[in-house]
Formats: sequence, C-alpha cells, structure tokens
Amino acid sequence: MDLAKHWRQKAARYRLEGQRHRVTGDVRFPAQPAIPGEDTDVWEPFVFSGQGEIYSFAVLRQAATGFEQIGPYPVALVKLVEGPLVSAQLTDCAEADLAIGQPVEMVTRRLKDMGEDGLLVYGYKFRPVLR
Amino acid sequence: MKQPDRPVGLVGYGVYVPRYRIAGKEIARIWTDGQGGVPVDAKSVPGPDEDTITMSIEAARNALARAALPATALSAVWVGSESHPYSVKPSGTVVAEALGTTPWISAADWEFACKAGSEAMTASMGLVGSGMADYALAIGADTAQGRPGDALEYTASAGAAALLIGPAEQSVAVIEATLSYVTDTPDFFRRADRPYPVHGHRFTGEPAYFHHIRSAATRLLDKLGRTPADYTYAIFHQPNAKFPQSVAKQLGFSNAQIAPGLLSPQIGNTYSAIALAGLCATLDVAQPGDTIFMTTYGSSAGSDAYSIVVTPTLLERRNRAPLMSSYLARQEFVDYAVYVKWRNELVLG
Repeated sequence: MDLAKHWRQKAARYRLEGQRHRVTGDVRFPAQPAIPGEDTDVWEPFVFSGQGEIYSFAVLRQAATGFEQIGPYPVALVKLVEGPLVSAQLTDCAEADLAIGQPVEMVTRRLKDMGEDGLLVYGYKFRPVLR
Repeated sequence: MKQPDRPVGLVGYGVYVPRYRIAGKEIARIWTDGQGGVPVDAKSVPGPDEDTITMSIEAARNALARAALPATALSAVWVGSESHPYSVKPSGTVVAEALGTTPWISAADWEFACKAGSEAMTASMGLVGSGMADYALAIGADTAQGRPGDALEYTASAGAAALLIGPAEQSVAVIEATLSYVTDTPDFFRRADRPYPVHGHRFTGEPAYFHHIRSAATRLLDKLGRTPADYTYAIFHQPNAKFPQSVAKQLGFSNAQIAPGLLSPQIGNTYSAIALAGLCATLDVAQPGDTIFMTTYGSSAGSDAYSIVVTPTLLERRNRAPLMSSYLARQEFVDYAVYVKWRNELVLG
C-alpha cells in the first residue's frame, strides 16, 4: 500500500515544506538529502509561502488511471515567488481562465484515493488567487 | 450557564466554501419535473478533490492568518464533522500536520450531527478558560450527504469554519458565556456504514430543531438578564432557509439581526460549519461593541448557545484573510450529472 512512501512525503505535500541553506539562504523544493562532504544539517526545513505564478500549463483530457473522477484537469509548472519551479495540478479553475504568468496560490487537496482499503493521499495543488 | 475562569474569545476565525454550486431547480428538474418549491436557491458542492479534511485546512489557515500566530502556538486542533473521510483515522491529525502544528498538539475529531463544530468550540473554551492552554482551534466542516431524490439532497452542502479560541484580551470577539441543551430526540441519524442519513420529516421541526434552539437560547438570555433587543446580530443553525428565520421570529429576533449570518439560501446547509460560518460572516461586517447571539443545533439532538461581544481588535485582523463574501462570489454552477459524478454516486464497476 506504499504507506511509508506517502508518510515520508507529508511535509512537502501537505504544507509545501522544502529546505533553506543556513549559510547562503538558498531555497530548494523538494527537500533532498545532503550530498557527500556537506554538513547534514546545513539545509534546514523551510515552508514556502505557496504564492507563485503559472510558468507553463497543459490540460489533460484523457485522465490517467485513478484520476478519471477529476478529468479533464490542468497541470502546470508553477514558479514559486521564492524561486523553485514546482509541477502540480491546478484546481478550482476553468481552462479559459488560465494564462502563463497568472498568479496562483497553494491549496491542500485530495491527490488520490487508493481504494476502499487504501489511503486517501493529500497534497498541494495550485489555484488562481482568491480575492 | 458556563463561563470560563479565565475570559476567552476568538483570536482568529476563518471560513471555506467550495467554488461549485448546484441550483435547487436543477435537482428538482431530475426528481420532480421541476415542479414545487425548493428549500434553498442553491447549495455548495465540494470539488472532486475536496473533503472535510481539505476544507478544514483552508478555514484553519485563514483563522491562523487573522490571528497572526504561528501554528506551533496551538495546543489543540479539533475537527467537528459528520463526514470525516475515514471511519477510523482522525481528520485532526492531517489538518494539524498541514498547518505545521505537529507533534506537540492535541488532535481529535468530534461528532454531533450539525453541532460537532460548536462542541469543539465549547471544549476549546474550557481548555483555554481553565488555563491548560493558550490557543485551541475548533473547526466545523462537512461534505454532507443526501440520498438522491430525498429532501436533504436540496440542502446537504459543503463548507468549513475555524474558530481560534484564545485569551479574551487578544480576541476579536469575547465569548461571554455558553450553555447547552441536549436530549435523545431521534429526528435525524445515519447508521454505521450507511451512505445516507434518514430523517423524521416533520418530526425534525417542532420537537427537535425548534424546541432545542428555543430552550438553549431562552435560558442563556434569562441567565444573562438580556433580551433579543440587546444583541446587534444573531445566528441560528440553518438546515434550510425557513427554519432559522422562523426560530428567530419565535424568540423575538428580527430579520435584520440574522441577515449577515444567514447563508443557507445561497449555499445550503453546510452542517457542522453552517452556524460557525454564519458567525464568521457576521464578524466580517460587525463593528467594535456589537453583540452577537449564536445558537447551534445538532440532530438527535442538542443546541449550544453563545453570547459574544466584538472588540476593536477585529478591525485590524478582519482583512488578513478572505471574507465569506470572497467565497460566495466565486460560484460556478454544475449540472446534476457532474454533481453525481463528483459525489461518487455512479457505480463504475
């Protein structure tokens, strides 16, 4: 059931937690292990603001297995205001509303239903900024 | 009447309503050939990636944003709902994790039909009011179920409201007192593992909704030595558009007093969220010194009544998160086919 796999990703998926370099202030998403020779704690947890803009997008009309319920649905590369580029589904929007450069914000949604005896997997998506 | 040792209030508040709506007339088109009246004009419909957990998270983030508190300041995240996504696995843990409050947190789920959220609110008052904690988050959220073709299908909707309870001196509104009135009155219930609830038709009215709300509301007013005229605003549970207006009239509250918090005509009954969301919508327009009277109702059966006073702090915090009007304005109507697909009411084999 991949319970441990999903559990390991919860910080990134639920609240867009990546890492910030304690010395340089560089940020990255998703979190990665330290590389050989690097102090293991030089990258600290960093929660991104969730604000960004659409860098590019496409609409999936033939939904992948397990995503039939939500199709057709847009996916995007989102440029976070802090810098990293994140691939994610877009939600709460019509195709006609979407444009490159459009401001979007992170929301936590149900990503996948693993079946009656499986997990409900939650994680980040992005939507056009409310307000 | 219950009053905490240490005065408490709402340090923050937040709401969430899904973007999608279905019109009452669209449901009537399928089941009654469009004939007859409908209990609400439209109801909110959760998107296919939304549930009680996701809606709770957004409402809670709005409450934290208004309070300008770090999530780690919370001592409890309590989610009241009758549509928790799991039968066994707390919604509260996912919500707490998404907010970033874990692991030093109390998290749990509450259930009392449509007043599960206000149960969490009263418990939060106790936790903060006793000095055991400084901040507790009480959430009411539901993606309510209605059997296709049943009267409930017109009203059972989706939404969330989060109330961040904290010390009165930091609050946007002080909760003066509360009391509860509870009996075993079986007007509405859902047996374990059943997909849809059943209700007692007219039995849900006088002996259930009206009796419990009147009893709780009247006693709290009596204990405080107040009358409806002493309050600027009032909120009552909203199973449809008519009941809250009727009970307000019976108690002596005017249509103007309940207007800002009367949400059911536009979004239906969001169950555990509707009274609390009505309170939030009222706080969206209230001014310092205004007084708010709220009485919730949960089937089978009970009511919690609250007396609330708005503080000047509200004005600086109100616009730190989206108002209810922002969520109401983004409505996107779907037809019945999309609605049943998203509500998992199609057998896919």
